[in-house]
Amino acid sequence: MTNTTEKIQSEIRADKIVIFMKGTPDFPQCGFSAKTVEIFKSLGFPFHTVDILAHPDIRALLPQISNWPTFPQVFVKGKLIGGCDIVSEMHSEGQLKPLLESAFKDSK
Amino acid sequence: MTLAERIQASVLGALPGAEVTVQDMTGGGDHFQVIVLSPAFKGKTLIEQHQMVHASLGPLKDEIHALAIKTRAV
Repeated sequence: MTNTTEKIQSEIRADKIVIFMKGTPDFPQCGFSAKTVEIFKSLGFPFHTVDILAHPDIRALLPQISNWPTFPQVFVKGKLIGGCDIVSEMHSEGQLKPLLESAFKDSK
Repeated sequence: MTLAERIQASVLGALPGAEVTVQDMTGGGDHFQVIVLSPAFKGKTLIEQHQMVHASLGPLKDEIHALAIKTRAV
């Protein structure tokens, strides 16, 4: 039985963009998760989500692994870039799209 | 000392020389915004800067319900 750490690591590697959120893109269960997903939907890049409400073990452990206390948590190419505030700030300052473009340009 | 003042002192303790502004967003004493300007942020990504602020709060984190963070490298 894979443990929670392995589950988290495989989710983080599941796609170039991975969002650990409350709920799902179509039924977000928290305003911050909804706002974050809307930003990524508007940018048009594919992304993978994990509903931490359905995975209480991930919800409990991820903050310690990522050293970030809240949700949502957005990973790009395996690296945490932030929660709702940071993603929104990067988006409004035009830093998010170039970051994603370069992530998808790399072959690996 | 109010919680806002303790937050400011705690951040300054970990980031000496930083400019720290703490605002109570609702007047209820548990929703805060903290703005931190510090040379220590130079070369750090936004997430790293915010993690530094979170770390500087130490045990105060448990008394704060919601915390908005704004950081700038100066």
